[in-house]
Amino acid sequence: MSIDPYALTVNGREHEISEGWPGESLLWVLRERLGLPGSKNACEEGECGSCSVRLDGEIVCSCLVLAASAVGQEITTVEGIAPDGTLSDVQQAFVDAGAVQCGFCTPGLVMAIDVLLDSDTDPDDLTVREAISGNLCRCTGYGRVIEAVNLAAASRRGETDL
Amino acid sequence: MTIATSLEDACCALASHPDALVLAGGTDLMVAVNRGDLPVHHVVAIGRVPELRGWRREGDHVRLGAALTYTDLLKPDLAVLQPALAQAARSVGSPQIRNTGTLGGNVATGSPAGDTIPVLAALDAVLELRSASGTREMRLDEFVTGVKRTALEGGELIEAIRVPVLDGPQEFCKVGTRNAMVISVVSLALVVDRSGRTVRVGLGSVAASPLRATEAEAYIGGHLDWDGGRPPSAEVVDRFTELVVGATSPIDDHRGSARYRRHAVGVLAGRALARAVGAA
Amino acid sequence: MSGTRTTDRTGVAPRTGGPGIGESVPRPDGVPKVTGSFAFSSDLWHDRMLWGGTLRSPHPSARIVSVDIGAAVTITGVHAVLLHDDVPGSKAYGLEHSDQQVLAGEVVRHEGEPVAIVAADHPETVRRALDAIVVEYEVVDPLTDPAAAETAPPIHPDGNLIRRIHLRHGDQQVVGEVQVEGTYEVGMQDQAFLGPESGMAIPAEGGGVDLYIATQWLHADRDQVAACLGLRPERVRLTLAGVGGAFGAREDLSMHVHLCMLAMHTGRPVKMVYSREESFHGHVHRHPARMWYRHHADRDGTLVRVEARLLLDGGAYASSSSAVIANATCFAAGPYRVPSADIEGVVVRTNNPPCGAMRGFGAVQTCFAHEAQMDLLAGALGMDPVELRLRNVLATGDRLVTGQAITGTAPGAEVIRTCVDHPSAASIAEDPMALPGGAGRTADPAHVVRGEALAVGFKNLMFSEGFDDYSSAACRLADGVATITCACAEVGQGFVTLVQQIAHEVLGVQEVVLEPASTETIGSAGSTSASRQTWMSGGAVQKACEEVRARLLARVADEHGVELDGLVLVDGLVASLTGDLEVDLVSATSDPIHAEVEFRHAPTSPLDEDGQGDAHVSFAFSAHRAIVDVDVGLGLVKVVELTTSQDVGRVLNPVQVVGQLEGGAAQGVGLAVMEEVQLSDGRIRNASFTDYLVPTALDMPPVEIAALIEQPEPGAPFGAKGVGEPPTITSTAAVAAAIRAATGLALPRVPVRPSDIVFGGGAT
Repeated sequence: MSIDPYALTVNGREHEISEGWPGESLLWVLRERLGLPGSKNACEEGECGSCSVRLDGEIVCSCLVLAASAVGQEITTVEGIAPDGTLSDVQQAFVDAGAVQCGFCTPGLVMAIDVLLDSDTDPDDLTVREAISGNLCRCTGYGRVIEAVNLAAASRRGETDL
Repeated sequence: MTIATSLEDACCALASHPDALVLAGGTDLMVAVNRGDLPVHHVVAIGRVPELRGWRREGDHVRLGAALTYTDLLKPDLAVLQPALAQAARSVGSPQIRNTGTLGGNVATGSPAGDTIPVLAALDAVLELRSASGTREMRLDEFVTGVKRTALEGGELIEAIRVPVLDGPQEFCKVGTRNAMVISVVSLALVVDRSGRTVRVGLGSVAASPLRATEAEAYIGGHLDWDGGRPPSAEVVDRFTELVVGATSPIDDHRGSARYRRHAVGVLAGRALARAVGAA
Repeated sequence: MSGTRTTDRTGVAPRTGGPGIGESVPRPDGVPKVTGSFAFSSDLWHDRMLWGGTLRSPHPSARIVSVDIGAAVTITGVHAVLLHDDVPGSKAYGLEHSDQQVLAGEVVRHEGEPVAIVAADHPETVRRALDAIVVEYEVVDPLTDPAAAETAPPIHPDGNLIRRIHLRHGDQQVVGEVQVEGTYEVGMQDQAFLGPESGMAIPAEGGGVDLYIATQWLHADRDQVAACLGLRPERVRLTLAGVGGAFGAREDLSMHVHLCMLAMHTGRPVKMVYSREESFHGHVHRHPARMWYRHHADRDGTLVRVEARLLLDGGAYASSSSAVIANATCFAAGPYRVPSADIEGVVVRTNNPPCGAMRGFGAVQTCFAHEAQMDLLAGALGMDPVELRLRNVLATGDRLVTGQAITGTAPGAEVIRTCVDHPSAASIAEDPMALPGGAGRTADPAHVVRGEALAVGFKNLMFSEGFDDYSSAACRLADGVATITCACAEVGQGFVTLVQQIAHEVLGVQEVVLEPASTETIGSAGSTSASRQTWMSGGAVQKACEEVRARLLARVADEHGVELDGLVLVDGLVASLTGDLEVDLVSATSDPIHAEVEFRHAPTSPLDEDGQGDAHVSFAFSAHRAIVDVDVGLGLVKVVELTTSQDVGRVLNPVQVVGQLEGGAAQGVGLAVMEEVQLSDGRIRNASFTDYLVPTALDMPPVEIAALIEQPEPGAPFGAKGVGEPPTITSTAAVAAAIRAATGLALPRVPVRPSDIVFGGGAT
């Protein structure tokens, strides 16, 4: 179906979308039209956080963003947080800490933690848990995830290398 | 799709398409769209209208832009003026939801479980409704008429919500069966107005529309030691909580039973009061 | 090895190096998963693909009077609308009994049962097409009470009794001086994996089909799909697509046949992704259970007899209910010596949503009950609950209530002691966010009571009752690179890592490639369930690698004229012990060496008519100590700390073992305090993550690992026991018991609801 074309800026690149249904969420457009399937579709009602992206610097659920309303906003997905072929500190920490099992929640968690550490490089346990309270994980019980946050935070504080 | 950049923009777009969906944060609307329950034809996105995103102090009131997000409500300079609203905001969803969901959206959805509703009810919030033909004002309890039903007319949007700055402690509590990201089973807002010598109690999820426990308020207002500051006696607290419970008409649903809700709201009332004015 | 080894609260040190067994080797798919490039089944994409969708029954029980697809097929963009009569082969499938309809024909037996399937150009078109299909139902009163099922009119030709197993062990006349009785209930839990059911079918030239699907057992799926398509198995090729968690919910078919039918009918690739709401209807759940128990003991606390009556609600179709009730029955008495037992387990059919496999498989329900009983008994005896357990806990050589003697390792006492003796790191919560109610600000410290309790449990590993279980694997060593083929479904547990470790351990290779899991390239690996894959597929990979190793050494011995037993394989070299011969692996394998094997465990026996028999291969024990804070005024609970010990045989990958223990405990916490599929007249009331609550990071406490008991299990590859299920078994029981300790309430049901605490466990 053709729609009024609109442009989205994702990971620094502009994309034009000229096809689709008017109600398509940003999650849908990222995954199905822009070839960016890193954000995941586990509930599509804002309850699980696996679709989390950065929108103008803030962490949001992309399933709850109407794609056509995100014109002019800066969208960053998990594909855009580190240059091609490299891992961000949070991503590396996830690998090192064994915080990945099935991996479906992982991109959303990585995004949420990336945003957290931008504003707080020494979060205590409760702060971390509250920051990721919008990201459901069914495999890990969050233990190794918290460990990954601690590793990444230490790296950001310059105490270690990741 | 109109991405409104000004209030006028938004109102014009709504005037041309009175049945357009008004999109602020989308945290309720998009759930319905994603499920296929809400067909999307015209949308007027108002989340970035500057007039709707700010707030200002107007004497002894604060005028809150309808598109303020829960995260905005948590910011210290606003939170200090509206502590119960900030407490409610913190209890909402997750960081993702708090960054996106709006105060106006919470009111416009009109759910009895809306987290800001009990606070706004306790504060006697006044809504400013705007359309291409002008502005009208309405109190919250007139605005939300039933479960997810409001007096919002076609072509209209919530522009701002005015709440008083009160001198006194404020408490918001919400019962849910999980420690985060949970729809309230019951909620309660208790705000003390020392200068007015009143205690206001707003209740959530225990009635079809925003509820004030007016009998309880009158009772406790008359029984508090406003001058001396002595905490109320156990009998007074008990009577107060009884009256709060008596104001409710909760239902049984999959989140909780009416019986539990009545019990829980009584507990919350006693605890909130104790936090606000002390316990004997 | 340099660098600081820091241990976190689990006591497990991060990786310091070494790619072999026993190391926390990072998973090989970790990088794609953190970058988002790992292809889950819902990420599949084909430029000619259509989208599929399913029309489901809104009624738990009804006769289908008519189905009119006329309006649906005329919608632009719709390519197919298919019904029961379009199923080319067998109209029914199933794991144990082929009793479940591919598409409902004359009747629907549960809410959500598939009635029609559609293929169209966009999910929006699919939705419109589904809305346009008109089904006339004649609604029938559903059978929703499992207690009424056996006497109610049959809702299925196979009848309403799926299985009754009556276990009688020892002297049936004996009674104990002290007896305690209780009735317990476990609600319906959902696996709630994050990755929704999804897949893609691509029709093949010449009439077959390729199916890419997230699942737990490729070959069992393939066989059922082929039968339903009326095709020979070779024409149906299944390849594993990335799996976003399973926990038992992918053992049954979901969209498999539907996708293949749509693809073959339209001649186009067809993709389907269930919404979360649909997912709740699209897979089996954990069996809700009602369990009556009577425990008999001597005054000194020695267990004398256990009687139990277990009733599990299997829902509309059999799935794996027969195996679940057998498990529940065999492990009903718990990890204790019980000389006399009379345990009857019944699983029945109702019009409730179908139930089947979920991590723990019957033992979760009975553990909740038997641990509550043990605490009740301790109270009646005036005995310390830990002492009571230590007095009775099983050890190697003891007999189970099935009559089977434990021949493998059984460190029950050690599991208990290490857990109990482990110091607690729990502090009193100061931050309101850490109190029960969290962000809801409902509690002050004065309102909170703390409770602590222990629960112990055990379960069998692997399949039972004489099932001929096996796994297949192939190893090809060429130019120093080992390529492993195994159809084991990786669902997140980390088998892909283990393959690397095993191949390195046996062959000394640096580079290990694991081929995609497919029915095309290798035989069955069996199910990723029952805590069996490390043993079975790990064993198959080990065996295949060992065969290759043997042939390699024989080749080198032959080529160089040296004695075979003077050769070793280490660090990429074949070398003689005398030191005068060294051949690097790359040149030694320029001519590839290949081996393909099947690996089996020692055979088991069926259970006889008294439930007696050597039906199980191996057992694993676990214990949890839970500390909870309870706001008794509101009935809200915060789990403050979980401490666990588990009998693991041998730790093959420490961080992955920890991952299983932490993740399993989270599911146990969920069942204890918040997770339940709520039914009303057979309808699910909370089919969403809004109201089916799984623990968030604010709900889950840290999990302290007191001990990973390593007593190598005879017959198990590397001595390792499976670790996935025990954490879900004892954690629920421990949390519930801790709430009892805090409140003094009986709390005979999980999940414990706030109203149970506030009103003392009776009314809602």
